[in-house]
Amino acid sequence: MADAAVTPEREQPYAALGLTADEYARVRAILGRRPTDAELAVYSVMWSEHCSYKSSRKHLRQFADKAPATDVLLAGIGQNAGVVDVGRGYAVTFKIESHNHPSYVEPFQGAATGVGGIVRDILAMGARPVAVMDSLRFGPADAPDTHRVLPAVVGGISFYGNCLGLPNIGGELAFDPCYLGNPLVNALCVGVLRHEDLKLAAATGPGNQVVLLGSRTGPDGIGGASVLASASFGGSGEGAKRPSVQVGDPFMEKLLIECCLELYRSGLVVGVQDLGAAGVACATTELAAGGHTGMRVTLDRVPLRDASLGPAEILMSESQERMMAIVTPANVGPFLAICAKWDVPATVIGEVTDTGRLEMTWQGAHVVDIPPGSAADDGPVYDRPVRRPDSQDVLIGDDPHRLPRPAGPGAGEALRADLLLLVGSADGGDKAWVTEQYDCYVRGDTVLAAPHDAGLLRIDAETGLGVALATDGNGRFCQLDPYVGTQLALAEAYRNVAASGARPLAVTNCLNFGSPEDPAVMWQFTEAVRGLADGCQQLGVPVTGGNVSFYNQTGSTAIRPTPVVGVLGVHDDVRRRVPSGFSLPDAAIVLLGTTRSEFGGSLWAWLRHGHLGGLPPAVDLPAERSLADVLVAASERRLIVAAHDLSDGGLALALAEACLVGGTGCSVMLPGDGTTFLFSESAARAVVVVRPGAEAELVRLCTASGVPAATLGRTGGSTLEIAGLFAVPLTELADLYGRALPALFG
Amino acid sequence: MTARIGVVTFPGSLDDRDARRAVQRAGAAPVELWHDDASLHGVDAVILPGGFSYGDYLRCGAIARFAPVMGEIIPAAARGLPVLGICNGFQILCEAHLLPGALTRNVARRFINRDVRIRIETAASAWTSEYRAGQEITVVLKSGEGAYVADPATLAQLEANGQILARYVGGNPNGSLGDIAGVISAAGTVAGLMPHPEHAIDPLTGPSADGLAFFSSVLRAVVPA
Repeated sequence: MADAAVTPEREQPYAALGLTADEYARVRAILGRRPTDAELAVYSVMWSEHCSYKSSRKHLRQFADKAPATDVLLAGIGQNAGVVDVGRGYAVTFKIESHNHPSYVEPFQGAATGVGGIVRDILAMGARPVAVMDSLRFGPADAPDTHRVLPAVVGGISFYGNCLGLPNIGGELAFDPCYLGNPLVNALCVGVLRHEDLKLAAATGPGNQVVLLGSRTGPDGIGGASVLASASFGGSGEGAKRPSVQVGDPFMEKLLIECCLELYRSGLVVGVQDLGAAGVACATTELAAGGHTGMRVTLDRVPLRDASLGPAEILMSESQERMMAIVTPANVGPFLAICAKWDVPATVIGEVTDTGRLEMTWQGAHVVDIPPGSAADDGPVYDRPVRRPDSQDVLIGDDPHRLPRPAGPGAGEALRADLLLLVGSADGGDKAWVTEQYDCYVRGDTVLAAPHDAGLLRIDAETGLGVALATDGNGRFCQLDPYVGTQLALAEAYRNVAASGARPLAVTNCLNFGSPEDPAVMWQFTEAVRGLADGCQQLGVPVTGGNVSFYNQTGSTAIRPTPVVGVLGVHDDVRRRVPSGFSLPDAAIVLLGTTRSEFGGSLWAWLRHGHLGGLPPAVDLPAERSLADVLVAASERRLIVAAHDLSDGGLALALAEACLVGGTGCSVMLPGDGTTFLFSESAARAVVVVRPGAEAELVRLCTASGVPAATLGRTGGSTLEIAGLFAVPLTELADLYGRALPALFG
Repeated sequence: MTARIGVVTFPGSLDDRDARRAVQRAGAAPVELWHDDASLHGVDAVILPGGFSYGDYLRCGAIARFAPVMGEIIPAAARGLPVLGICNGFQILCEAHLLPGALTRNVARRFINRDVRIRIETAASAWTSEYRAGQEITVVLKSGEGAYVADPATLAQLEANGQILARYVGGNPNGSLGDIAGVISAAGTVAGLMPHPEHAIDPLTGPSADGLAFFSSVLRAVVPA
């Protein structure tokens, strides 16, 4: 500190740490002197794109500004995770987060620690984590680098999630060339708590102790936030990014979870924060800023795995499996005793003060003295240039309606071939190669998991209260129109939750985009955020939190804009869950919603013709709301025994999936043009199987809600038959459906 | 008087909660046993549940077998206390030499979570007396190291003595020798099973209710004082 004051002109490596010259100047202005090395480290990580959201904050405000009126929100944007009331004194916290760049550099540990990080966010809210989901996107399935990345990513998620004892209840897997150098690994975690157990990240009560618990701190992950996640790939020094990927120990995290929950139950925790990106720097600044207090920390007291670490490195380290708690002096003894019971290392490293400053010493020297809010909350806010790319009109003008379609006497055979093309593809085929590596049963409360439309968890055995979750995204739709495409992703997740019989309640999101320094990417981003905010407002489901991942690009080529939307819903009684497969034979199959000729961004156009162009399907949020109302009411009144939403691959893939998941065939008659009814991806649609005897009541329900309903045919038999066009034996369908991923990945 | 069945929690145990639920569903009283506590608190039988005890450090179950509670379980088993090891519990029983053989990495080198069909090979054990020999049931397999191995002499002896508890049918998911899904001790009181019967006690949350009879069988073997 004294040194910083007397050597104002000393050159500091702010650029290498990811700060711009302007940002560096601003730090000097805030402090009234040059920062110390340790302070520079703090600002470099806290003001990185990943931590400060400097390119997105201006736009993300819309989620709050346009938030629909709701009384279910107990904690919203700005907290570690959103928390919603689900009834009977229970609350649920959930969030989705990205770990994209680390998963490209070191796929196994990158994905594993992505799970670890989001689980700790949930734990920090005072909740027991109860389930996870993962939304994954890779380059072409047959690309050599996909072979390097995909199995290791899945292995890492399996390794970490299974060891924690968290059931994986669903997710997504998609392939596109744009993700080849930039895979997307978005991990979601959901937790349950009683209302009164909610914890916040605030260091209150001057004199209270600051305790660091969990793994020892080492050099792993240094620069993870500032250098790895806040910059594009490409150029020299790829090897230099390798130390920036953290290494996970799920056993330690399991102990940490049980330890923290016992600490919470024992009333020993005033405030708590998890350590993720930017480690100790982030936890201390956020806790102090959150409590509107100050903090004094002795960095020497941080338990180290590597004694050579200096203060800057200690602050930036992203060693995993660590939490920071605020504890009254009287409770420190009992707190440490519980940690000892669970074999979780715990150390008092400082105390809360009333100075409004974050002060840190190391080996007796003052190394940090900053206003905590300047790092945690008052980072730079950029208004990046936004410009709709000229190429957009060319893309939209490339109308998919001019694509050749099956016609004439051979149409049936051609349509059959198109269905099998989708079913046999990595995109459309069975994802069991992935999902079978995940424990979906642990904790014994999983009512529905993959391959059903939503994951459904029981929360209360006595009443059957439960929650449903779905995550959805669509890079192709968003490339064509980021506003509409984002609303379509929201609608799909919303629809999937309703299909299980649950009422959609709240939203989380992971916004995956290219570089914010590219005006075209910023146009995609601003359109997507506007679309999501508007969509959530119209559907009445608030955004409770989420994550932005920028810089998903290699060189100048960005990924397709890929916002991933997670929707959470409440199920009043999971005993009347609605699965997605055809199991009951000789029951009516009804198509709900309106089908139009809409192939822009469709899986059929992409796989059959390599085509992406035109406009995505129209979005109709009032129709989505009405459809969801019908699906939930039909579940409540036990009118349906199965429901499956229509999305990628349209009705064709939906019927194939339903037959294979349930093990029963079907015979249906299409109400109109074959290609349209089989492969169009019009939104706001679902197929349901009606409980015998309930047909008339379902029709009345649909009419009252303004949802078109058309009986397509009946379940039964061992073929998928489209009357007048083609039939496929389920054995042939199953063989093809299960082939793609094992053939590629073993 | 209700039978009391102990379920051990090691650091990293995961399916202890579900094992306790299954015990309760079967009509007995579940008793939580802590790994560090060298007392069985007078329970009538013990279950070692599934999970990743000690993070599978060194080898699955290698460290758990030295826990203080195991110091009580091993002699108690010799005296006839019924013990069921499920998944990681099976691994611990093999490491403790209460059962012969060992569990190794799945042949596909991946964790497998799948509903499996197994055939109960013997009803002459404390844990399967409510099944018929030859009965096929659907339960849950979820493991990375589930391939049972033993040397040829041991395998021959197990077969000859009727110590094969269950076998996979309709396909061997992990490469277990002889399609073995579970084995029992010569006395029939100590059992190890790789799949999870506690996840098949309710069709709402599992593939069937076929697994419940493991937990009700032992009630017959136990004669409360």
